[in-house]
Amino acid sequence: MSADKTQPLWGMVIDLDRCTGCQACVVACKQENNVPFSSREEAAYGREISWIRVMAVTEGEFPKVKIRYMPLLCQQCDAPPCTRVCPTRATYKNPQGIVGQIYPRCIGCRYCANACPYQVKYFNWYNWSHFRWPAEMRESLNPDVSLRPKGVIEKCTFCHHRLQHAREQAAIEGRPVESTDFVPACVSSCPARAMVFGDLRDPESTVHKLAASPRAFRMLEDLGTEPKVVYLKEGEWNATTGG
Amino acid sequence: MRRPAADASPDTGDAILFRPIVTTGPSFYLGATALLAVALWGLYAYTRQLRYGLGVTGLNRPVYWGFYITNFVFFVGISHAGTLISAILRLSKAEWRRPITRMAETITVLVLFFGLGSILMDLGRPERFYFVIPFFWYGHLTSPLIWDVLSIGTYLTASTIYLYVPLIPDLALVRDRITGWRKGFYRVLSLGWTGSPKQHRALEIAIGILAVLVIPIAVSVHTVVSWVFAMTIQPMWHSTIFGPYFVVGAIFSGIAALIIAMAIVRRVYHLEAYIKPVHFNYLGTLLLVMTLLWLYFTFAEYLTTYYGHEPKEMAVFWAKVNGPYRTVFWAMVLCDFIVPFVILANRKTRTVTGTVIASISVSIGMWLERFTIIIPTLINPRLDWPRGLYHPSWVEVSITAGFFAAFALLYMVFTKFFPMVSIWEVREGRERGIQDVQERLRGYLPDEVPAGGVSPAGEIHVIR
Repeated sequence: MSADKTQPLWGMVIDLDRCTGCQACVVACKQENNVPFSSREEAAYGREISWIRVMAVTEGEFPKVKIRYMPLLCQQCDAPPCTRVCPTRATYKNPQGIVGQIYPRCIGCRYCANACPYQVKYFNWYNWSHFRWPAEMRESLNPDVSLRPKGVIEKCTFCHHRLQHAREQAAIEGRPVESTDFVPACVSSCPARAMVFGDLRDPESTVHKLAASPRAFRMLEDLGTEPKVVYLKEGEWNATTGG
Repeated sequence: MRRPAADASPDTGDAILFRPIVTTGPSFYLGATALLAVALWGLYAYTRQLRYGLGVTGLNRPVYWGFYITNFVFFVGISHAGTLISAILRLSKAEWRRPITRMAETITVLVLFFGLGSILMDLGRPERFYFVIPFFWYGHLTSPLIWDVLSIGTYLTASTIYLYVPLIPDLALVRDRITGWRKGFYRVLSLGWTGSPKQHRALEIAIGILAVLVIPIAVSVHTVVSWVFAMTIQPMWHSTIFGPYFVVGAIFSGIAALIIAMAIVRRVYHLEAYIKPVHFNYLGTLLLVMTLLWLYFTFAEYLTTYYGHEPKEMAVFWAKVNGPYRTVFWAMVLCDFIVPFVILANRKTRTVTGTVIASISVSIGMWLERFTIIIPTLINPRLDWPRGLYHPSWVEVSITAGFFAAFALLYMVFTKFFPMVSIWEVREGRERGIQDVQERLRGYLPDEVPAGGVSPAGEIHVIR
């Protein structure tokens, strides 16, 4: 876990039992973070940028097929394999444990993207900000988040700009930042309240309690990346359990 | 040095070695123009990439690396031709090295620019390349890419000096026989070389030190290149064998490149008297040894993976052996083992033509090997999504062709400025080498011990 124990350790819990696969988080994230658009062809070729994706896991064989949904975003590892290999420290872990990306420092070597076992780092294949951004959408750009130039990596930052607002607000009120001060866009948009956000280090926080649940697991835990995104396993709701 | 300090009469020996520098025929210009055209086409392709971004390549998520990184590993591998082989042959006092070291060292220095250039081609923001410099900019010492920058930078510096130092006496020879505007160029570069015994002693010491230094540097270079992959935790990249495996592959492809270069230079400049079948035979034997070493490492790597049967590793394994990249994989086995082994294991086919065919096969095979190490791992990440395939675009193919053409062009141009056979070393071999070898051979043989048990040197030999 992060060295500075006085800082909050931001983390997320995603309850797969509650997730309906509605993709509201995906839309909210794109809107919030000015994530560039993509064409159908580019997306089919693996060029789409989407900081959070809802992955479909198919289980069983016809006719007993079951599809589970799993939102996948940057796991905000506490031992991130991506930051270690970055040749310019463009990707780094901040004192609150958030893995960030400094766009003006990124040389676009994509080493971090290859080193990430979760495949949640995205490359700007084109100069989206200039000639591909639809004119009618320009008004809705979020002024708090910078547009990325072509040739750099981008990724989920746990809506770091919202954290900055929360920090400023806390400073005005003369108190430290608390677990409930901010949530990322995906969490605030989830209609099923499947996503919970907060300080993993605060024993009173919801995320801390949920992360201790017997249903809790982390993605590819055995790699030792220490993700700060925790999933709650889906229960059985089919005929065999009568649920 | 037993050679006279300076000849009073003009030096007329080995005239054929100076000819490429003095005269240039139309076929040179024809060849150079053709290569330049391909190189410029590659440059045009790169301008498209600069304008629109890496979207013009066939790269995607999860295949973030493709032709450019394959070329990078390949070119850096080829660079082992020169300096390393030349240094090992010098240190082991292999007399047959004399006419071929220059050609080897030239490959190293020139090809390294294309290795580094491949990385530049691959960057999304090439104008920020200097950010990687540690201490002055943002260079992050835990990144294997920074180790590459440091290691290849050192290697480029050392091998350039190692090419230049033994070139000095030859530059003086050219200076003394050339006329016109180019004389000044050689006068500056030859650093006032007169061939005095003092200068020769300094030269020999310098070459000796450099030859020892470049070997660990060369080994570190390809080890570090392999660590770019091995330091990640991706299936079939995360392997402890990668360092030596890559070094072996590098020397393997390096010898092949050297044989090809030798054959071309020999034919174009009619140097049959200098570069003889025996050189191809000996290098061919070395190549055979490397073929077997390569097979050994490849077998060890794949057997360990297969026997362990870890699912994520096996996904990559099958993608290579019997999946979307099986053609590449088996072509690699054919080119890197079957063809060279069959040709080189037989003394009758280890001729000039035979070794050249084997070398072309090995060069192709080693490029495919780099490709087959990089891509199948990338299309099979640990999580099931995303899965991808990689189809290189015309831009990547053009830039790759441009790089090969530009390398050949630079090598051609180099032969027009510098003698490709080390003249002074060949002469030294004629004048001193035979005597030296005889003395050395006498040193290898058991001392003649008289009946009394006392050697001529007066030492008492005790039989254990």
